[in-house]
Amino acid sequence: MSLPDAAREALDVFEQAAGWEQRARLLMQWGERLPPLDATQQCEANRVHGCESQVWLVAEQTDGRWHFKAASDARLLRGLLALLLVRADGLTGSQLQQLDLPAWFTALGLGRQLSPSRSNGLNAVLRRMAQLTDGA
Amino acid sequence: MFQPSPWRADFPAIAALQRQHQTYLDSAATTQKPQHLLDALSHYYTQGAANVHRAQHLPGALATQAFEASREKVAAWLNAADAQQIVFTHGATSALNLLAYGLEWRLEAGDEIAVSALEHHANLLPWQQLAQRRGLRLVILPLDANGHIDLEAALQLIGPRTRVLAVSQLSNVLGTWQPLQPLLDHARAQGALSVVDGAQGVVHGRHDVQQLGCDFYVFSSHKLYGPDGLGVLYGRREALGLLRHWQFGGEMVQLAGYQQSSFRAAPLGFEAGTPPIASVIGLGASLDYLASLDATSVVEHEAALHRHLLRGLNDREGVRILGVPQLALASFVVEGVHNADLAHLLTEQGIAVRAGHHCAMPLVNSLGLDGAIRVSLALYNDSHDLERFFSALDQALELLR
Ligand SMILES: Cc1ncc(COP(=O)(O)O)c(C=O)c1O
Repeated sequence: MSLPDAAREALDVFEQAAGWEQRARLLMQWGERLPPLDATQQCEANRVHGCESQVWLVAEQTDGRWHFKAASDARLLRGLLALLLVRADGLTGSQLQQLDLPAWFTALGLGRQLSPSRSNGLNAVLRRMAQLTDGA
Repeated sequence: MFQPSPWRADFPAIAALQRQHQTYLDSAATTQKPQHLLDALSHYYTQGAANVHRAQHLPGALATQAFEASREKVAAWLNAADAQQIVFTHGATSALNLLAYGLEWRLEAGDEIAVSALEHHANLLPWQQLAQRRGLRLVILPLDANGHIDLEAALQLIGPRTRVLAVSQLSNVLGTWQPLQPLLDHARAQGALSVVDGAQGVVHGRHDVQQLGCDFYVFSSHKLYGPDGLGVLYGRREALGLLRHWQFGGEMVQLAGYQQSSFRAAPLGFEAGTPPIASVIGLGASLDYLASLDATSVVEHEAALHRHLLRGLNDREGVRILGVPQLALASFVVEGVHNADLAHLLTEQGIAVRAGHHCAMPLVNSLGLDGAIRVSLALYNDSHDLERFFSALDQALELLR
């Protein structure tokens, strides 16, 4: 698997994280790195529903590559969003289609965040991402 | 001081969960099951399953006998005068939907249905949708600051136009007993039918439906240490007689023709299709188990745990408890901390609590919140469970603040 640099870095640090506490700290650190979404983009149209917290996801395509922005009011979810974006950002539509995001989160030791009973919304974000980029 | 639960070992799942490092504090959502129930289910399935009320063969007769014996046990548990006043449904939600459909014919535009501001969606949406179908007014009874229905306001709002009053006995978010007696008495005087959502209330103490004087009382088996997929609807005899049939098929029919049919009275007339037979038999076993416990010690145990829970929450800075919970549970938020973050970190530490709106979105929103964490207790919890929760809470808050 050829990874973007930031994704490689994420994998390295999360693989080494020992225990839930360190993973949580890392998640919060990565959440801080999420570039802010301007107020106009935090609008209803960009809302991802099905989350306990508020989440916004914006997808734009330039030169055949997808670029994403995301925000949330929950800190740990911001971290999960950041980890999603470092993996998915800059890919083409067909690369995105082939991308196994659950495997990515599992590799980070965060696979449980995707269990169907989780209301944190990561599943909803993945579904929304697929919708936004589907067929484009 | 360690407060053990003398009944913990009766619930094998508690030990199993502990082996998986899980502390179960979500019993208001559903309870773990006593061994007595597991034995009854296993007995039923190993000795021969059969459908009820239809077969003349021996397994059918035995299943029907066990099934009807459970109806007697439920009637006794609620002190209903007659087992025929107990209708089995698929849950509290389906019992409340049964009522909203069964009573629809009696209501006309301009009539009012009164519910409280703290209702679970199960006791709000069926009435709300009925109101929309029939052009009725849904009147919302307000709460006081502690989380009780504001009695003074409610007695004003429940008037001659009120045809149905539907209220919870014990709030699943606030842990408050509602002032049922004056509400029910007043509703009766105004000629309104009364529906009590006992989904949480039935789990704590014994309640006498005749003494309450409600027309209908509803609960779910799975919250009362019984199997899931089963609910109970108690109705006063005259009140049951007012219900129109709502689901059709199976043994609920008396005479079926191609164009016309006639239907049985309650309870069978409201139990269309094959009922959850094993669950009904299982609930009977759970009630036998519960009846064998010393009720006073159970109440005292739960009250002591609840005091411990409130003390611990109040001791922690920034914790805001919703309402003034009286028993069983407490919901809270922490200033400056997102619920979702807190829930995430409690989950990481094996604390099984519930986060979110608890199926009472209008209530949670009216408190200016979009969610809260709820800790709920059952008779198998002990003080170690609470200590583990508190230490997980402290760790989580330390990380988040
Ligand atoms: C107060 C209250 N009413 C009704 C229900 C609905 O119960 P069920 O989902 O078992 O139908 C619940 C369960 O969460 C509840 O707490």
